[in-house]
Amino acid sequence: MIISVASGKGGTGKTTVATNMAISMKGECTLLDCDVEEPNVHLFLHPLIERSETVTTFIPEVVESRCTWCRKCADICRFRAIAVVGKKVLVFPELCHSCGGCQVVCPEQAIADGSRELGVVEWGTGAGVPVVQGRIRVGEAMAPPLIRKVRAAADSDGTVIIDAPPGTSCPVIAAMRGVDFVLMVTEPTPFGLHDLELAVGAVRLLDIPCGLVINRADMGDDRVRQYARREDLPILMEIPFDRRIAETYSRGGMIVEEMPEWKEKFKSLFRQIEGRVKATPRGRTAQ
Amino acid sequence: MKIAVTSMGRDLTSAVDPRFGRAAYILIIDTDTKDFKVIDNAVNVSAFKGAGIQAATMIAEAGAEVLLTGYCGPNAFQTLEAAGIKVGSDISGTVADVVVAFVEGKINYIATANAEGHW
Repeated sequence: MIISVASGKGGTGKTTVATNMAISMKGECTLLDCDVEEPNVHLFLHPLIERSETVTTFIPEVVESRCTWCRKCADICRFRAIAVVGKKVLVFPELCHSCGGCQVVCPEQAIADGSRELGVVEWGTGAGVPVVQGRIRVGEAMAPPLIRKVRAAADSDGTVIIDAPPGTSCPVIAAMRGVDFVLMVTEPTPFGLHDLELAVGAVRLLDIPCGLVINRADMGDDRVRQYARREDLPILMEIPFDRRIAETYSRGGMIVEEMPEWKEKFKSLFRQIEGRVKATPRGRTAQ
Repeated sequence: MKIAVTSMGRDLTSAVDPRFGRAAYILIIDTDTKDFKVIDNAVNVSAFKGAGIQAATMIAEAGAEVLLTGYCGPNAFQTLEAAGIKVGSDISGTVADVVVAFVEGKINYIATANAEGHW
């Protein structure tokens, strides 16, 4: 079973929920930090990194001796990663999306396999939980292929909890596509609701069952709850706006360790998700 | 000699467009005859990425040897350099004024991009 913890709005508590749920289910799950642009699971679980792998992606490498400057490569590239000016071919690696179209259309086999570093995938264990995290290279803009590598690193038979990036763009889709359940962490504010609606829209398109955690649940207004009722989204947990919780988080501590009554709540959250996944007919689109 | 000038409009009385890659129009002007050709740059104005690279390729194909514009980013500059096109920057006023300034040698040419890359 794969659970993706997502949010729409940033800063609602994805990592808080993902790490506390993972620690509560210690021994039964692996935690993936798929927010590769700013991974923060490590600030809470302090995993000791045992293995690291550099992830690269294809970029064209022009073999000038074969090139006839026909421009077919430049014409097919919608990202303008190749330009032909006179008898010079320029490659702009950071614009390339690795589709390989230039290689396919080149009649002279003048485009060889080059590569660009996307970032690293790291394996470790923190607080007794196996952790896999992705860290994008500073300056790199393309997160989804690295996120897919982080996901591929997880044992497909076991239970996996994914800490997803915020928003609704490609990196989020890469962290949600093909999972069994999306747990949306939101807050009862107009901003929280606005971005929740966008994120739920994406989850609906992907046809994945979804439930909510409302964080800082006793502030703001009632509109998130009204929305949840309207959309038939189960509210699986509410976390109050509690100074002790905020202080624990700020120190990098775990709520379930410093306030042990929360351990059962997070276990119950996991069991509710498990129950809902088991009750859902399988056969969703593969990743 | 042909020069390229980024322009807000389709004729020589138009104001210079300070942007290169996403300029509304690019006028290719023959400095000897004052004849000019208009490149409608609409496709690059709305390009997802690589507008500067594509605009640079277009003016190279049109035979320009000099580009006069406001700002030029790193990818565009690299493409222009490969095409052997000199870049005059921080240009303003009307296109006609700029052509006069060029003929009188009052243009400041740059050796590197004068704008940051944009995402």
